[in-house]
Amino acid sequence: MADVRLLHDRTPGVEEQEPTANYLSYTAGLVLAILLTITSFVVAQTNLLWPPGIPVGLMVLAFAQIGVHLVFFLHLGSGPDHTNNLLALAFGMLAVFLVIAGSIWIIANLNWNMMEMPR
Amino acid sequence: MTVATVDFISTDLARGRGGGGPAPTRIVVAYGFWIFLLSDFVLFSGLFAAYAVLSGNTAGGPTGSELFNLRNVFIETMCLLFSSYTCGLGALSAERRQPGRFLGFNVLTLVLGAAFLIIESTEFAAMVAKGAGPSRSAFLSGFFTLVGTHGVHVTGGLLFLVYMMAQVVAKGLRPHVLRRLLCFSLFWHALDIVWVGVFTLVYLMGAR
Repeated sequence: MADVRLLHDRTPGVEEQEPTANYLSYTAGLVLAILLTITSFVVAQTNLLWPPGIPVGLMVLAFAQIGVHLVFFLHLGSGPDHTNNLLALAFGMLAVFLVIAGSIWIIANLNWNMMEMPR
Repeated sequence: MTVATVDFISTDLARGRGGGGPAPTRIVVAYGFWIFLLSDFVLFSGLFAAYAVLSGNTAGGPTGSELFNLRNVFIETMCLLFSSYTCGLGALSAERRQPGRFLGFNVLTLVLGAAFLIIESTEFAAMVAKGAGPSRSAFLSGFFTLVGTHGVHVTGGLLFLVYMMAQVVAKGLRPHVLRRLLCFSLFWHALDIVWVGVFTLVYLMGAR
């Protein structure tokens, strides 16, 4: 048992560099991000999409691009070293969603109930 | 009993789930910095919410579609995207202990980041000169606060980068310098993620 512990125990400060990325993965991320950016700009300035659906389309493209950045540039993966990072990200996204969606909802409701102001 | 314990250790080596002992410093440092970046995202979410709420209140002043030049925004976006790419290649060179390539790639990162800031500040100055400064309307207050805070972050990132390049020159690619470089890379890539939100919500949706 002692042997097994010696073999597998690590102490903080032990540096061990696993190759996390290579030139190809950064280049793939760059190409995907450029394609998504160009698509966003084209969609916003033309009527290729059904016009009332354009904001939703832009949101989807933005989320896709954020995903590309997280995976190819920030190297967020599903490995055991990333469990904590992913959990923190999930909580961060929850906080971001609550702040943005909650503010828009509450202020829209206040606007709706506002009395007409004398000009 | 002993057998069971050994079995437990050898089958559950995955770090980050409590097995296999403490994680290496590099992982712990990146996790701490990631928590900071997420708190920064929460800060930006407040500014995004304020902008989303105020963007319709132009008080008779200019609207987004009259002010925004999407060609410039596209150039800014490409500057940041390519600077993220060169920053990533720089991080890769540092990991492979190639200080010359690291400095070369990050000079490009510096130039692209500075180009972004120059385009942005020129645009801000032109808007203020046209009488569309932050005090003109609630929409413009929200706009300058959100986009300006991102610009301040980019400025901070460039100072961080100059400081890191000086450390690599002075100290070489030692483990603790590499860990600080990892934090810089995370910071720079995170700024690009915030910019995706800015150009989508502010510029593309606002210019319609």
